[in-house]
Amino acid sequence: MTIHARNLRGLAIATAVTVTAALVLVFFYAPLDANQGFVQKIFYIHVPLAIVSLVGYCLGGVYGIGYLRTGDRKWDMRSYCAIHMSLIFSIGGIITGSIWAKASWGHWWLWSVPTLVSYLIVILLYCTYQPLRFSIEDPERQAQYAAVFSVVAGAFVPMNFLVVRLSTQFIHPHVLNLQGGNMPGSMKLAFYTSLLGISLLFATLMKFEMAAKQTRIETRRLRRALVGEDAVRPLGRTVAPS
Amino acid sequence: MRTAAAILRKDLLLELRTLETLPAMTLLAVVTLVIFHFGLNLDVLSGQLAAGVLTVTLLFSAMLAINRLFVAEREQGGFDAFLLAPVDRTAMLFAKAGALFLFMAVLELIAVPAFALLLSPPRLGHSLPGLVLVLFLADIGFAVIGTFVSAIAVHTRARDLIGPIIGLPLLLPALIATARGIGPLLTRHASGSPPGRWLAVLALYDLVNALLAIGLFDFLLEE
Repeated sequence: MTIHARNLRGLAIATAVTVTAALVLVFFYAPLDANQGFVQKIFYIHVPLAIVSLVGYCLGGVYGIGYLRTGDRKWDMRSYCAIHMSLIFSIGGIITGSIWAKASWGHWWLWSVPTLVSYLIVILLYCTYQPLRFSIEDPERQAQYAAVFSVVAGAFVPMNFLVVRLSTQFIHPHVLNLQGGNMPGSMKLAFYTSLLGISLLFATLMKFEMAAKQTRIETRRLRRALVGEDAVRPLGRTVAPS
Repeated sequence: MRTAAAILRKDLLLELRTLETLPAMTLLAVVTLVIFHFGLNLDVLSGQLAAGVLTVTLLFSAMLAINRLFVAEREQGGFDAFLLAPVDRTAMLFAKAGALFLFMAVLELIAVPAFALLLSPPRLGHSLPGLVLVLFLADIGFAVIGTFVSAIAVHTRARDLIGPIIGLPLLLPALIATARGIGPLLTRHASGSPPGRWLAVLALYDLVNALLAIGLFDFLLEE
């Protein structure tokens, strides 16, 4: 079978265990927040989703560099799956963030929060990744242009956060900083466990997507070899690497 | 560099003879200012609002030029000829960014007086050197990112759609810095010098994008 499917089972089990442990810690171990009460629990989902999706975008850029350097299609597949998953995670992140903002600040959306605004801009940029791929028919060129886009957009992520942060006075809570943040230990444990859980979830889903796409390509290749070129209809235009 | 100069001269000559892009850009800019006047229902704009209106107007006009930038190369086989020639491919980036920069500069020569005339922002004459400085840095950003986006979009099927949807989010940080840099210049008590922080941000953004574009442009020209 394809190399992508290797280790998938182990990774899936590790993810299930860590996510369960994180949920147990969040709901039964971490104390209630003094100001916000139960609503603050969404923090343990929202922040890891946001962090993992941003890291995933940058990862997509790194894989893009890999493709541009080697021209090997497996890097394109990695870059595509990383960005695809990050997009899904970041939409989750922005919805949970919005719910949290409504509960703790009273508004669904706040322009004065730079982290929120820059996150939205990054999502808007990455929403164009799939239309871009879709509008290029030649698979080679599609991969090439998508890789260039992923590198530029990956570099755009930190720059955009810097500029937007400079432009507003921030009220977003800074629970994480280089000094280790200001959370009590029990909260920190729950947070890091759920960060690990979400990261593993990202890795599992990305690996699963790659395995599925690779298997589809492989199956089509085999069928073409077995029953002849004409028996396998072309896929038509596709966004994913093919 | 000589190659870049040759392509730039070709582009400027082409524009001079056909007058395709620049008149459309300036017309769009003036119409946008009029639209803003009616949309906002204000006769006089000042401060951040005036800066935003000016920046957005310039941005939309820039989008027109960005969409057209590589169309001649694409339709008349200029790309193939360029790829066959034994020259550095980055020359194309420099030439096209130079052309876009000059288009923006000419556009501003008309759009800024039109802006002053139609929406009479306060202290514009007093702040003019500062405004020119901010717009200079902004134009570099528009030129570099615009060339880059245009080179991506021109090979796609729906190039008129792909250009703006990728270009606008990529230009947003430059837009923020430009608008915030111009805002204090157009208040009633403007000192005339733009805020250094936003000049620095704009310059940094230009620099990073220029380096990225130089590094990656080759990959966009491969056939």
